[in-house]
Amino acid sequence: MKYLRRLMLAGLGLTLTLAMGVISAPGDATAQGWEPKKPVEFVIMAGKGGGADRLARFIQGIIEKQNLSSKPFVPINKGGGSGAEALRYLKDHAGDPHVIMATLNSYYTTPLRNTGLGVDIATFTPITRLAEDTFQLWVTTDSGIKSVDEYVKAVKAAGPGNWKMGGTGKGQEDSLVTSMLEKKFGLKFTYVPYKGGGTVAKELIGKHIESTVNNPSEQAGFWEAGKSVPLASFTPKGKLKGRFGNIPTFEELGYGSDMVYYMQRSIIAPQGIDKEVQAFYVGVFDKVYKSDEWQNYLKTKGLIPGWLTGQALTDYFVAEREAHRAMLKEAGEIK
Amino acid sequence: MEVFALLIDGFVIAFQPLNLMMVIAGVVVGLFIGAMPGLGSVNGVAILLPLTFLVPPTSAIIFLAAIYYGAMYGGAISSIMLGIPGASTAVATTFDGRPLALKGLADKALVAAATASFVGGTISIVLFTLFALPLAEVALAFGPPETFALMVLAFATFVGLGGDDILKTLFSIFIGLVFSTVGLDIISGQPRLIFGDLTGFYHGINFLVLAIGIYGIGEMLWTIEVSQGEVLMSKATVSFRRVFDNLKELWFSARTMVMGSFLGYFVGILPAAGATPGSLIAYGVAKTMAKDPETYGKGNVDGVVAPEAANNAASTGSMLPMLTLGIPGSPTTAVLLGGMVIWGLEPGPLVFVDHPDFVWGLIASLYVANLFALLINISFIPAFIWVLKLPFTILAPIIFVLCVIGGYVPTQDMHDVWLMLIFGVVGYLMRKLDYPMAPAVLAIVLGPLAEPALRQSLIGSQGDVMIFFERPISGTIMVFAIFFLVLPLAKVAKNRRKRRDSR
Repeated sequence: MKYLRRLMLAGLGLTLTLAMGVISAPGDATAQGWEPKKPVEFVIMAGKGGGADRLARFIQGIIEKQNLSSKPFVPINKGGGSGAEALRYLKDHAGDPHVIMATLNSYYTTPLRNTGLGVDIATFTPITRLAEDTFQLWVTTDSGIKSVDEYVKAVKAAGPGNWKMGGTGKGQEDSLVTSMLEKKFGLKFTYVPYKGGGTVAKELIGKHIESTVNNPSEQAGFWEAGKSVPLASFTPKGKLKGRFGNIPTFEELGYGSDMVYYMQRSIIAPQGIDKEVQAFYVGVFDKVYKSDEWQNYLKTKGLIPGWLTGQALTDYFVAEREAHRAMLKEAGEIK
Repeated sequence: MEVFALLIDGFVIAFQPLNLMMVIAGVVVGLFIGAMPGLGSVNGVAILLPLTFLVPPTSAIIFLAAIYYGAMYGGAISSIMLGIPGASTAVATTFDGRPLALKGLADKALVAAATASFVGGTISIVLFTLFALPLAEVALAFGPPETFALMVLAFATFVGLGGDDILKTLFSIFIGLVFSTVGLDIISGQPRLIFGDLTGFYHGINFLVLAIGIYGIGEMLWTIEVSQGEVLMSKATVSFRRVFDNLKELWFSARTMVMGSFLGYFVGILPAAGATPGSLIAYGVAKTMAKDPETYGKGNVDGVVAPEAANNAASTGSMLPMLTLGIPGSPTTAVLLGGMVIWGLEPGPLVFVDHPDFVWGLIASLYVANLFALLINISFIPAFIWVLKLPFTILAPIIFVLCVIGGYVPTQDMHDVWLMLIFGVVGYLMRKLDYPMAPAVLAIVLGPLAEPALRQSLIGSQGDVMIFFERPISGTIMVFAIFFLVLPLAKVAKNRRKRRDSR
């Protein structure tokens, strides 16, 4: 019996030690001034496995690998209500120096659609914008469609409401980009909402939907395998580099410069944290931004580098929020 | 054959001393993570992900995959021993595992769970090895109508689950479905049933909260009532001979084991499904096909074998869409996917071409992990049985603490702990009134998969219901579903008639 007891204790001990090892992993003190006293909660505005989640865990990996913080950053998913849960959490943790959040565009749309939350994003402390993710119009290779012109013709030939456009939840990024297309070309899609961009990409390849407005990272694998084609990019001319730079933009194709939409990838902190705390986080993310891993990620995933911090970032957030207010009104999502 | 040459290369990689160590360490850690309620494989893999920067990427993913695997074995342990599902994938194992333990047959249930896991794991890896790429096409062919048809099939097998009282079973299914609609609706973008403005309901009702409440807390209350404060000592014993005898008896469950393995694997490869629905569906099908369905839920070994074979098979299966399509089939594989991106391995259609060492090393390591998980698990069984010998006065507080932790960990929200306690009390009352609980658990797992699939299909077909019957795959599944729905109803009708005749 004694041996059994010891065996069990040893097993439990092993698990605990491993867990503790992670929580209190030793690191070099890199930044001067303020240092976290306990693990930092790295809140993610979306569920596990989506684009935002993968990105946050990738960043956590860089922080861990390069020992950028004496205490670990622990990702926590609070994706409920399109990030409403996360926004409320940040609001309730005003002044807490051990909470930061990775954002996406629901950072603007959720408080607009859900005014009961009482969240004003202008009050949060800006840390940094790391990148702007981009959108392209995708069809399958088998559809034989090779240009935006052919695409518009095909959608019109199918008749209003007979062309299935897949995307993420209603009122989120993909549906806004879809409305832009409808308005520009006088089209009428049937919009089929799915849970995440990865699923949308797969549904296109499985031919359950006929086109998507995926982020490059979501379709890149299928594009490389020759299963899907990007027709045009929702970016300004010359912003994308590498193989994504070869995709024509809507502007280059002569459809005007208003066919542009970005997904921001930023880090923010709650309201009312000290200047030194803010400086610490800006320092950490500066090193993340300059790391080879991050620069390489930007290049291969078709993101636009976009370092922005301080008041300039808050101004950017406010301007984008107002732009989204207009878009949501246009789409009839809010009054 | 080319596949075998590649697989042998893979084994060379898997048997490198470092990788072999990783497999063993991963399986042991996974076993404990899986056995701790609330600490499922998702959390385990997420917590240990940063540790893997110390070793090369292939060793790292082998380690994480071994944890995933070990956790599938481990989940069964607390389900059987304490009646608390150790992980969401092991909920179906409590249905029959706990009653077996109460009868003093815990060792039998544990041996059955370990063996079934091994068989399920092995069958699925063989399928994976031989048909990885063609099966990826199957995963692609599964759109919303097919997913919905599969969910209908799952519900159909569960109508027969509650025994004779079909009305109570339906009540249980519907209450589960209502719970599953709580939270944000992706189609309209609106929150539903959030009781005014309780933020805790925004993320929906986590089904583990329901399962731990009903099976952990409810079970504890029930035992306290039944034992009337008497100190309960389980008469569980164990010896080498008994383990051996148990293994021999398992031969009778071979059919269920194979069925569970195939079913679990195919559900697992569908993106977004994963091991939890796989194990529940396998349990339902095993019961419907059984000659003695009335013994299910009261301690039938097949009721442990089916879900355990299925959840291990599904866990391998869900790696398939992750590797070939870059789309995770379960939350755990989603975190694994994140890890792969950090190491510079881009999963997707080209991963088999670009990184053959990695893919085949991983596949080979799954064979190895499976074998070690079985050996380690069986050798730990005496230690687990020892836990059962604790007097209930000591065990009950431990169960309670584990339940609270299990309710808190997945979302780290006290709201869920309160919810779990309420479910515990309600579950206990429902049990007193003889309502079956399993259908409610099934409904809350499958509801969030079935509802969007139904609505996406109908949006796509512009409201035409025939879409479920016109497409070859969904049509076939629908026919099976109708068959399974009618079968238990006919059985019940026959029993009623028989009973009336005998009166």
